Amino acid sequence: MGQPLIDLRNITKSFDGTMVLDDLNLSVKENAFVTLLGPSGCGKTTTLRIIGGFESPDKGQVIFDGQDITSLPPNKRQLNTVFQKYALFNHMSISENIAFGLKIKNKPKAYIKDKIKYALRLVNLDGFENRTVSSLSGGQQQRIAIARAIVNEPRVLLLDEPLGALDLKLRQDMQYELIRLKNELGITFIYVTHDQEEALTMSDTIVVMNQGYIQQMGSPENIYNEPENAFVADFIGESNIVPGIMVRDELVEIFHAKFVCVDKGFGIHKPVDVVIRPEDIDLVAPEEGTLTGIVTHLIFKGVHYEMEVTTPDGFEWLVHSTDMFPVGQEVGIHVNPFDIQIMNKPASEDEEAVGINE
Amino acid sequence: MSKKILSGPYIMWMIGFILIPLALIVYYGLTDRSGAFTLANVLSVTSPEHAKALWLSLGLSFISTVLCLILAYPLAMVLRSRGMGQGSFIVFIFILPMWMNFLLRTLAWQTLLEKNGVINGILTALHLPNQNLINTSGAIILGMVYNFLPFMVLPIYNVLMKIDDNVISAARDLGANSVQVLFRILFPLSIPGIVSGITMVFVPALTTFVISNLLGGSKILLIGNVIEQEFTKGSNWNLGSGLSLVLMIFILISMALIAKYDKNGEGTAF
Repeated sequence: MGQPLIDLRNITKSFDGTMVLDDLNLSVKENAFVTLLGPSGCGKTTTLRIIGGFESPDKGQVIFDGQDITSLPPNKRQLNTVFQKYALFNHMSISENIAFGLKIKNKPKAYIKDKIKYALRLVNLDGFENRTVSSLSGGQQQRIAIARAIVNEPRVLLLDEPLGALDLKLRQDMQYELIRLKNELGITFIYVTHDQEEALTMSDTIVVMNQGYIQQMGSPENIYNEPENAFVADFIGESNIVPGIMVRDELVEIFHAKFVCVDKGFGIHKPVDVVIRPEDIDLVAPEEGTLTGIVTHLIFKGVHYEMEVTTPDGFEWLVHSTDMFPVGQEVGIHVNPFDIQIMNKPASEDEEAVGINE
Repeated sequence: MSKKILSGPYIMWMIGFILIPLALIVYYGLTDRSGAFTLANVLSVTSPEHAKALWLSLGLSFISTVLCLILAYPLAMVLRSRGMGQGSFIVFIFILPMWMNFLLRTLAWQTLLEKNGVINGILTALHLPNQNLINTSGAIILGMVYNFLPFMVLPIYNVLMKIDDNVISAARDLGANSVQVLFRILFPLSIPGIVSGITMVFVPALTTFVISNLLGGSKILLIGNVIEQEFTKGSNWNLGSGLSLVLMIFILISMALIAKYDKNGEGTAF
């Protein structure tokens, strides 16, 4: 079990002189649900297309189950793809669409018929065999695209922003559908999205990418609670990223106020970046807070209030709270030690540019 | 109400220059010189002379259409595989000759193919035997293919360009090789363009008299030439109109085919 199913080694790819992937290494274990997450142009789709065989890397190897498949064309690979805009065959009926891969492989008729029925039941579209593609809604077309891929019993299913074109409610329903499918099929999913909520909901491993580099890889909880750099902190959910100085272990100074935290090993009097999630800030009476500020902005968001609290140094703290404080009121800011996440400052300006300017 | 008035000029145009002439052709086609109703003009297509011209027209138009399709499809495929910019530049080059007068282009072929024309001149210079090129069926087919090829390329190119790259990727992903992608995906999806192209080549080829006049001489009579002669030389408008009606039936069949296979107007050329 220790050997990864897919292993990308030193993948480099550029289009027209623009570097898209730079020396990328990524291992995917059998039966994992891995999500490649990042803004557009970060190289996530290119990575997926290299695994699928639609692009070949300039340098590096794609290893599948111990074998080098770098130069194998897509039709020879044991994986199938679900495309962003479904890419169904409009000139075929639903059952012909699903049967396409099996017919190419010359499977017997009875087998194909069973498979179509099984796949349609799996995606909750029983009895859709003879419908035309154009008579289906976007969500139904996406289910057919999934059915068309899984009848071929791939070991890995690649999904390229499959829910991108659906509306919010349908997207949330499909997220649960995909999790259920993944569990029923017991195969590996590699999923590409720019939607951090989708990634957090579905995956067991998230790979955050930006500008051709992997920024951080880990479980959803790990990525959300312990972002390794400002880019990840900013991209996954909203956050306050403030400059700080690590006074000593477990004590950080922010805007001349000292906060107790749980991080160690950053050194003494070392400049750091501090990440505090808006929902982790407690607004208290001014005398009880570590910092004080004035509420400058208030919006009701439904589940919570979104407020901006400006501290004397001019920083605007984003705060999510179910308690409402009116604009103009002086409040104290309090943060629990384990809600403070300390990150090393970027080593160079270059790295900083990679981090935040997206 | 005011919007209806705006369409007035066009409706007047349509009545004056399309509907009335059409009605006149039907009238002339179904009457004799004295104005009495007769089917003789239409049925005269069965006379050996006319039937021969009609069959020859159908045959040559069919061969030209097939040749255009064989030339156009691979070209459209190549254009599709080029980037958008490069592809449309080649299409532009392709349309360029169409800006020149149709008659002039066909006359140019006449100069090339003549007994003492350019091609035979070159053959003589190379001490090769002269060829009888002009006034043959082959010359007419050449003229038709040359003149009508763009009308085949454009609709096919248009439908091919509309096929999403991901659809082809999906077919590859599901195990299809290049040949299977061509015959199971690209070809079926481009049928609207193919049907549109076939009609746009076949109909003008069937009715042409200019190409056959210039490249076929007086030896080869197409149905278009027969009709033209009835109107200009024979002065038998009734017979000419009757034969036009027969041709119109073939054209209507082509139009019906377009309507059946190209419901969304996807293959429209321009």
